[in-house]
Amino acid sequence: MTSYLLTSAAILGGEPTDLLLADGVIAAVGPDAARLAGERDDVVTVEAAGLVALPGLVDFHVHLREPGREDAETVETGTRAAALGGFTAVFPMANTDPVADTAGVVEQVLRLGQDAGWVDVHPVGAVSVGRKGEHLAELGAMAASAARVRAFSDDGTAVADPVLMRRALEYVKAFDGVIVQHAQDPRLTAGAQMHEGVVSAELGLAGWPAVAEESIIARDVLLAGHVGSRLHVQHVSTAGSVEIIRWAKSRGIDVTAEATPHHLFLTDEYVRSYDPVFKVNPPLRTAADVEAVRQGLADGTIDIVATDHAPHPAEDKDCEWAAGAHGMLGLETALSIVQRTMVETGLLTWADVARVMSATPARIGRLTDQGRPLEVGEPANVVLVDPAATRTIRADALASKSTNTPYAGMELPGRVVATFLHGRATVLDGALNEAR
Amino acid sequence: MKHLLSAADLSHAEALAILDTAEAMAETQSRQMKKLPTLRGRSVVNLFFEDSTRTRISFEAAAKRLSADVINFSAKGSSVSKGESLKDTAQTLNAMGIDAVVIRHQASGAPHRLAETDWIDVPVINAGDGTHQHPTQALLDAFTMRRHLTGAMDGSPAATGADLAGRTVAIVGDILHSRVVRSNVDLLHTLGAEVVVVGPPTLIPVGAESWKARISYDLDRVIAEDRPDAVMMLRVQRERMSGAGGGYFPSPQEYTRAYGLDAARLAALPDHAIVMHPGPMNRGLEISAAAADSPRSTILAQVANGVYVRMAVLYLLLASDEGLDA
Repeated sequence: MTSYLLTSAAILGGEPTDLLLADGVIAAVGPDAARLAGERDDVVTVEAAGLVALPGLVDFHVHLREPGREDAETVETGTRAAALGGFTAVFPMANTDPVADTAGVVEQVLRLGQDAGWVDVHPVGAVSVGRKGEHLAELGAMAASAARVRAFSDDGTAVADPVLMRRALEYVKAFDGVIVQHAQDPRLTAGAQMHEGVVSAELGLAGWPAVAEESIIARDVLLAGHVGSRLHVQHVSTAGSVEIIRWAKSRGIDVTAEATPHHLFLTDEYVRSYDPVFKVNPPLRTAADVEAVRQGLADGTIDIVATDHAPHPAEDKDCEWAAGAHGMLGLETALSIVQRTMVETGLLTWADVARVMSATPARIGRLTDQGRPLEVGEPANVVLVDPAATRTIRADALASKSTNTPYAGMELPGRVVATFLHGRATVLDGALNEAR
Repeated sequence: MKHLLSAADLSHAEALAILDTAEAMAETQSRQMKKLPTLRGRSVVNLFFEDSTRTRISFEAAAKRLSADVINFSAKGSSVSKGESLKDTAQTLNAMGIDAVVIRHQASGAPHRLAETDWIDVPVINAGDGTHQHPTQALLDAFTMRRHLTGAMDGSPAATGADLAGRTVAIVGDILHSRVVRSNVDLLHTLGAEVVVVGPPTLIPVGAESWKARISYDLDRVIAEDRPDAVMMLRVQRERMSGAGGGYFPSPQEYTRAYGLDAARLAALPDHAIVMHPGPMNRGLEISAAAADSPRSTILAQVANGVYVRMAVLYLLLASDEGLDA
């Protein structure tokens, strides 16, 4: 196995330091690295001056579409995109066809991930059978399976029934699981097309009110507190949601939350184009919401950034708004959006980025070999980023099978130069390198 | 301007250019020979994904009186009902070599997509999209108001360049689901009129406070205090009574009591005020027979004026060098 000597990398944006990655672990950091590298004959040197070294990124929310919608994405193509985006682990959601609501399906996805080899794939199991919100799926069987599922979600729809939600929260305590909620009251959002507010009133598109998200979060944090279980709130999009989660944390409730890159960056003003590439669920909100989500991420109310990478084939986006599918690509642009919205604004340091995009998502997902500090003996999951680079996003140049990026044509900062997964370079010189 | 997508896109000068051109078109229609050769050899497609007999017929009459060939494409019974996408339909029409598309679609923004994608490369005229815009309706309403509320105020042709400065218009009913109201608020504001939208709070969209219109829940008070020069009654669909959450209002009787234009409210209007309705009417629900058939009703004049306005839009987009730019 090839070893890699990363020279003069700025670990978490700090002083230039050498790192030696060998035998799947970080073998040396600092002056020892070059010396130990000299004792090996399998070393490739990666010039990392000017590059920031972060622990491999962990995405707690992706859609890889397999099984069922291989026309949109496969585990192979989606994990290629992940590696190119600097990720070393992803959590694919359960809204596949068939739904990942049994040990058999989550093990299938696990194996597809292992076969692809670009990142660690940790399937999320459905909360309810068929994601129908009626009966608990076999959460224990999924937890005990080879996929060792700890995160459960009906993502795409909410667990709307309060009794089912309570039971799910209680049940997963037996194996330290977490219920991952897509907070959307279905009754308040029937037929909803975009954020309800000034722009929707003008565009004549049915509104998706902020309260439909906030009321579910409020209910769920109270339930989680009542039964003493773990709750994770997906794609927080409104200022009110941030406030509720802040309150819940102040009360000691065991809740974590994520923000997507697009909710840190884009607003409902983009919907004026009627281009469904900007159609996403929850919808793009107002500038005030974007600011509140950024502040929530900065002050720790929101724990992590997760992409909600949601590929869709062209025919589901090249259409009128109402016919368009919800969702946007995110894996290959996430770090750039975080750099632009959080680092360049001074809201987060690179060390904070490592926390919100690697360490904390790994901890929420109960991974022990991801999101670790860049120290000797730790797993060699590392990403090298060139923060000074800029690139113009081209939809047809992305590794994803689909092209529904909202950032096409935009110039964004930052470029992933290399990604290492358990010591293997999945990405080198900004291009895919080796999967296995 | 290559397309007519939204009344909000029209400047004061552009709106007046259309209305003045429409007066010129109206003048030609009093002749025995109504047909003009202007668009001979050009073909216009009426692409209707939603049933609307009166709007389609109005556009058809307008195009034919300008000597254009008219192709009516109705989604019902066509390949669209078999699942063909808007994109494929548009590309098919483009391949056939047409000169303009008049589109009615149930999805807000569908005309924008036609205009902004490369699916089709001809002028697009929005004949009503979802709950968004219906710009030619607003133009025909403004044309009607110009004739009845300016100059001789008797429905005779308006003076060139006349706008609606100082006039007050009340638009009453289902504001939430109405593309007519959105287009009218935009255009009436551009032409200098003051607009009050009136309806039950459930039928006024969140966010409407940003519109260039005042909002009221009290029709009687608007009539008494604002003394509107025109009252535009919107169609209220009976199915709005049912649906999620028990509907937008409790019963048709309660709606009519609060928001119907009955004989008493008709009598309370200023003497010169006109009664408008975009049609089709629900007599007895939002408008009484007394109001619909009264001398101050301009409902049939609106229908006639619709043809002139649509002739003007087709002429300016297809035959004039300037398009809609004034």
